[in-house]
Amino acid sequence: MAYEMIVLTNMLIAILFAQSLNLITGFCGQVSLGHAAFLGIGAYTSAMLTKSGWPLMATFIPAMVIAGMIGMIVGTASLRVRHDFLAITTMGVSFLFTGIIRKQDMLGGEMGVSGIPAPDGGRVGLLLMALGLTILFIMIMIYVKRSWMGFVFESIAEDEDTASVLGIDVRRFKLFAFILGTAGAGLAGALYAHQVRFIGPDSFGFVESVTVLSMVIVGGIGSIWGVTIAAALLSVMPQFFQVIDDYKLLVYGLLLFFAMRFLPEGLGGLAKRFRQKRGKS
Amino acid sequence: MTLATKPLSQFDHAPLLEVKDVTVTFGGLNAVDGAELMLGDNELLGFIGPNGAGKTTLMRAIIGMLTPAKGRIILDGQDISKRRIVDRINLGMALAQQIIKPLKDMTLLDNVALAAGGGKLLSPIKAIWHRSRQKEQDVASALLSEVGLAEVIHKYPSELPLGYLKRLEVARALARQPKVLLLDEPLAGLSKKESEEMADLIMGLPRQGRSVILIEHNLAQVRRICKILYVQNNGRPLAFGNTDEVLAKREVQMAYLGKTD
Repeated sequence: MAYEMIVLTNMLIAILFAQSLNLITGFCGQVSLGHAAFLGIGAYTSAMLTKSGWPLMATFIPAMVIAGMIGMIVGTASLRVRHDFLAITTMGVSFLFTGIIRKQDMLGGEMGVSGIPAPDGGRVGLLLMALGLTILFIMIMIYVKRSWMGFVFESIAEDEDTASVLGIDVRRFKLFAFILGTAGAGLAGALYAHQVRFIGPDSFGFVESVTVLSMVIVGGIGSIWGVTIAAALLSVMPQFFQVIDDYKLLVYGLLLFFAMRFLPEGLGGLAKRFRQKRGKS
Repeated sequence: MTLATKPLSQFDHAPLLEVKDVTVTFGGLNAVDGAELMLGDNELLGFIGPNGAGKTTLMRAIIGMLTPAKGRIILDGQDISKRRIVDRINLGMALAQQIIKPLKDMTLLDNVALAAGGGKLLSPIKAIWHRSRQKEQDVASALLSEVGLAEVIHKYPSELPLGYLKRLEVARALARQPKVLLLDEPLAGLSKKESEEMADLIMGLPRQGRSVILIEHNLAQVRRICKILYVQNNGRPLAFGNTDEVLAKREVQMAYLGKTD
């Protein structure tokens, strides 16, 4: 039972993390290859706070705020560039994050942070928190998608130049997506830190950023259900197949490549096409 | 200044748009060199010039897609030369582009509704609390009827021919309720009949508080619907004034029409 609970909690955290990137990359069309850094910021924030006696629940807000604030700074600096340049810039953020953490003795440096206290309510408590927060985040995503903001995001994702000719403040909306998304990653990070109870710089490196991006791309950019399913599947795969865990970067890199080449709309797009076909016949 | 621009006294009131000595440089080459023009209220100004005259470049500088090396752009008495494109548009400018760019994943109605709500919902905070698109869609629906697209508002751009999409581009620009509407070759690629209809539509656009600048190669239509004309050649202003007088000028005929006699 304990093992299943761990797998399920992992899955939920992966879904939450992937949805937070889906908001940036899927809804708003901004590719990020450094999203794991924000998972890390949330994880470190929350871990340091619980270690100094805070209850886990109380650390969610600080984890989100700090990740979102750093997200705002990174976003302001990097969202001026687009497409592949943005991908490279955000990749730099990922390396910058691990580089800085390694040198911070206060944050455990190379050795990382161990002895993170067990979450209140134990494994069950953490599972329920992860479940509640993931559902809440998905509900927020659905709301955003249906609101005027989702409408604007859609136009920005399709064509930034046209959106700006229509008088849309593209830069502000992109930044807003980045803040929301990075704050969401911070929240996932807080859960993650207490799931594994040991974090180090390598837990939030480039590989993790590629992994989460492949979840969003395979799931189908912008599709809430597609990304949920892809994140659920791709997060448990390494736990069942040791090979995948050993060759993580290779496997996710290939997945990313094949999805972009052969299935650019991902699982969500595939389901949509299937529904349309059935609707026609 | 090499050319006599229309003096300010000819206007009953301050111009809606003034372009003063605007120069746009691409890698040392002046694509637009000292452009000067004035647009009064309720006017339809024809903007012509041979290919490569820098017409689109000047339009882009006016709307803010390009930054001029020098010169000033004044909209309704306000200097907007340093403003970002989004600010200029929200201060009362709109552009219908030559290469039409409909948002393909949205219906015509939503394409226009997006523009209609843009100004009011400029901030993400406002946008996130705004749930119903009904009001914006009502505005969009009225505008689409105005440009003759009432029947196809629920279609996607990919389902419609160019003539319709050119009208969509105009409706989308109108949705911004512009003081100055810039139309970049709205007749290009249209059949003779379609051009005629589009020109009729454009002729009806100026009104109090709204003027139109029309870049166009179709001289027959420009001559028919525009009373005033601005001619640019090699990036430099060549003539500005009453359409018939401008077209009668020898230098205009030489540059634009290739006539030498």
